Amino acid sequence: MTTDILPAKVKRGDASDGGASLGSRLSRIDGPAKITGAARYALEHHLEGLCHAVIVQSTIGAGRIGVIDTTAADAAPGVLMVLTPDRIMPLKSATTWLDTPGPEGPYLALTNVINFMGQHIAAVVAETFEQATAAAALVKVYYEETDAIATYDDPRSGEGMALDHLAVSWGEAEAALAEAPVRIEATYRTPREYNVPIEPHGLVAQWSGDKLTVWEPSQWINGMSRTYAEWFGVPYENVRLVSPFIGGGFGSKAFALAHGAIAACAAKMLDRPVKLALTRPQTFTAFGGRPATRQTLKLGATEEGKLLSIVQTGANETSVDGVWGEPLASVTALMYATPHLAARQTVVPVNTVLPSALRAPGENPSAFGIECAIDELSYEVGIDPVAIRLRNYAEEDPHAKKPWSTRQLREAYEAGAKAFGWEKRKPEPRSMRDGHHLIGWGVAAGTYPVRRTAGEAMVGLFADGRAEVASSGIDMGQGTYTILAQTAADAIGLPVDQVEVKLGDSALPGAPVAGGSQLANLMTGAVHKAALAARDELIGLAISDPNSPFRALQANTLSVADGVISSPRGGEEVTIAELMRRLGRDKIEVLRDTLPETNNSAAEKHKTYTTITRMRSPTEGDYSLHAWCVHFIEVRVDEDFGTVRVSRVVSALDSGRLYNPKLAESQWKGGIIMGIGQALLEEGLVDRRKGRVINNNLGDYLIATNADIPDIEVISVGVPDFHASVLGGKAVGELGIVGVAPAIANAVYHATGKRIRDLPITLEKLID
Amino acid sequence: MRDFDYARPASLAEARRFAAEPGAMLLAGGTTLLDLAKCGVAAPVKVIDITHLEGLDAITFGAAGVHIGALAKMSHVAADAAIRENFPAVSEALWQAASAQLRNMATIGGNLLQRTRCAYFRDPLAFPACNKRDPGSGCAALGGITRNHAVLGTSKVCIATNPGDLAVVLSAFDAVVHLGERRIATDDFFLLPGMTPEREHALEPGEVITAVTIPASAAARRSTYLKVRDRQSYEFAAASAAVGMELEPDGKTIRDLRVALGGVATKPWRARDVEKALIGKPLEPEAVREASLLAMTGAAAQGDNHYKIDLAPRVVTRAIMKVGGLA
Repeated sequence: MTTDILPAKVKRGDASDGGASLGSRLSRIDGPAKITGAARYALEHHLEGLCHAVIVQSTIGAGRIGVIDTTAADAAPGVLMVLTPDRIMPLKSATTWLDTPGPEGPYLALTNVINFMGQHIAAVVAETFEQATAAAALVKVYYEETDAIATYDDPRSGEGMALDHLAVSWGEAEAALAEAPVRIEATYRTPREYNVPIEPHGLVAQWSGDKLTVWEPSQWINGMSRTYAEWFGVPYENVRLVSPFIGGGFGSKAFALAHGAIAACAAKMLDRPVKLALTRPQTFTAFGGRPATRQTLKLGATEEGKLLSIVQTGANETSVDGVWGEPLASVTALMYATPHLAARQTVVPVNTVLPSALRAPGENPSAFGIECAIDELSYEVGIDPVAIRLRNYAEEDPHAKKPWSTRQLREAYEAGAKAFGWEKRKPEPRSMRDGHHLIGWGVAAGTYPVRRTAGEAMVGLFADGRAEVASSGIDMGQGTYTILAQTAADAIGLPVDQVEVKLGDSALPGAPVAGGSQLANLMTGAVHKAALAARDELIGLAISDPNSPFRALQANTLSVADGVISSPRGGEEVTIAELMRRLGRDKIEVLRDTLPETNNSAAEKHKTYTTITRMRSPTEGDYSLHAWCVHFIEVRVDEDFGTVRVSRVVSALDSGRLYNPKLAESQWKGGIIMGIGQALLEEGLVDRRKGRVINNNLGDYLIATNADIPDIEVISVGVPDFHASVLGGKAVGELGIVGVAPAIANAVYHATGKRIRDLPITLEKLID
Repeated sequence: MRDFDYARPASLAEARRFAAEPGAMLLAGGTTLLDLAKCGVAAPVKVIDITHLEGLDAITFGAAGVHIGALAKMSHVAADAAIRENFPAVSEALWQAASAQLRNMATIGGNLLQRTRCAYFRDPLAFPACNKRDPGSGCAALGGITRNHAVLGTSKVCIATNPGDLAVVLSAFDAVVHLGERRIATDDFFLLPGMTPEREHALEPGEVITAVTIPASAAARRSTYLKVRDRQSYEFAAASAAVGMELEPDGKTIRDLRVALGGVATKPWRARDVEKALIGKPLEPEAVREASLLAMTGAAAQGDNHYKIDLAPRVVTRAIMKVGGLA
């Protein structure tokens, strides 16, 4: 443990330490605009001459298009254009997010080759949405259908391809397993899960000459702008992507997708602004959610429950035309001290849209496996589930063999167990009951890495004494607007309501992807730096400018607090606005980035903001950087009906310093709620004959409702971690969901004595 | 979606005339019609908007029972104090149905006519075969994912579950559907699919549901609707039971019992065998459990939905025990 960076008296890094704005429980400053409807979302932009595009998707799972007959659609009222694979303009292949060249040849947003059910094959553009929708139904498609492989449970899909870069091993895992006195083995499965943000995907695209403006919800303004620019062969600066508000993304709004290309093509071909909104069913195949995963875990341990070896083999589905690896060893190889470990996985191509990121890709299903398996081991050796976790506590990163920067996981077990009342738990399954309900208490841990990329921010001070922060970083509800205002307010010495924040526009200073739970840390770092520089510039002028009231004091420095400048030597106190007036300045504006000073060229910045190649891994440097959590969950299982209700959740989390505890808690709770849905409800049901996800709507794809969610208690056990970030925070957004599903599965086992290893835990799995 | 005519009849008589035209469909709350039009299942030639017709949304109590106008909103009926007192199962079925937004729009008449949630019925582009949508085209559900499909009242051409909650209660309490002058018992109003699954109810062209009446009874006053599902709100029943009971003055002999099931059958499923087995008998847990199994007489599973055969009798048992004060 490396506690040397911590102050003697532990500081929480929040308002309890005293101090000003950062760390206080300020409500979201964008909240009023959202609840009054004043916040304008992408699809609410109505431009002069706007026309509407509606997509047609394939109704077979594999094969090719023989003929598309658009005769009736072309002639339908209001129709301006019917785009087909043969009619759409070819685009250039765009660089990938890894900064590698895209596939060879032109990029075709519509193709005649069908690789999955629900692939975009045509688009109808008309004067009105209704006309486009009506005409889309008239497009006749004649297919040459081939057999689709719907899921990796189809034996024809085979074993898949090994992903060597996701393999992890140390020691002699197989041999150690064979010699272990206690061995358990089990296979865990998670189904296809979907992001289903309430704001559907879509955009408004408008060309002006060779300049493209796109209003589209985006988790990555700069990355998506680059893709649009490269598709159309225009300079990066010619694309303006605007996304001040996003109605949820959960990983699904980070990339420019085919429907975006289609809308931008239509706008160019027609020379009119085009709006395209996917229908809810279309969103299930316009981009991928979390792939189905399966993993077999073998644990070897001593009779006392001390791990000797972990052997893991995993697989996830991918598409036939791309590889998405869901890293199934990410928690397995991190959570516990084991002298031997071997983990490998494959991807199995099937006829589906390419899977993609959904809240904590990798960590989420990985934790489901190892956190259920360790629970199974606890029963096998007769040790309390919390105790066995502490017995195998990893004092350093067992894979990277580096010290943790901070790991308040022991504190999390302690605080969570105490708040939950864990010591009252009866260890035997089926030993706690209330009428028809079997009651179960389960525990599981979670983790999420600290990812680090540089960012930049503009901070301005204006004649009226107000400040402005500007960045292309985005706020999809997680609170970026608010914490950046808090950061700037503290750094400058202003009340937080005097700071305005502008986000989500490619015309503003750049930012990397709002993914990997990195944005809050990197943007507070950039804003802090820029705001301090703005304050320094202000003070410098106050000291040196002939018109400044402070000049005569010959001070080395001045204080700025609450928008008022003063000198430690006494004398006049002047507001920032008054000083600006006397200086005759309209504004002071500074741009700062957090790239290394030795390598911050324009080209380097571009790579930093538009690819993930400059994202530093959690183990780059001397420490291993991760956020941690533990969930204690109570379920009530109706013994006759098999229905599972989560009745209590206490989670203790270590996200380092919380910039705004209210917002961080909301993020954690949002993750926990999503985890409850994942554990009990969510599952893409794939018809194996056609590869169709048949519950492709919000009525049938079940996410948790308010009625499914009890009061959730979250406890912050984090301390500022300045190895992790400039201001001491670690990962927040994706942490909360990790470990929820195994905690529920473990609680269900404790309640019923039934070990459900495939999600979701629906009632038929618990009925005898 | 396609163009359609829109008519706003001035009277019920005019609405009936319009409704007799081929391809005409009535619009009340719109929660089914708009949904099905969007997924390409409903393609009315003419939409007859009856939302503004007056005098069709009242809830009126008399000595014989309650008269609920066809345009009364689900949420309105669910919250009605006299309904809650005299027909608690009606209120419970309504507030457990759909979502708050839907209940505020949907009407009682429209609720009876809601279509199945069979995913194959609702997806004509990907699954052209559906005997309910297109008679003779086949049934894509057979051999597909059948977790939510019916185990009772199915035929070899259709296994779609009737999605109703309220209709289950109406069936249990011998409610009558009013089609103007013509009146028809709930149980007769809903039809088994047989070889004609496209025909789901006894409504003839030109007929409009005007009201539902539910006879007052001691069993209805002591009733419940128990709905079991994975999600606690906004989900159709995995299995549900409407149960009402009247006990003899001895406080333990069952004088009257009503049992109907939802979520498991192709129509609201009155379980008369269960009723007969228990009427006149003392209310005892073992007898109730045994009798509840009779509800599944003739049940046939498709694979994914086998659990319903186990689950439904348990739901019936619990509901009987609950109204009997034993659960």
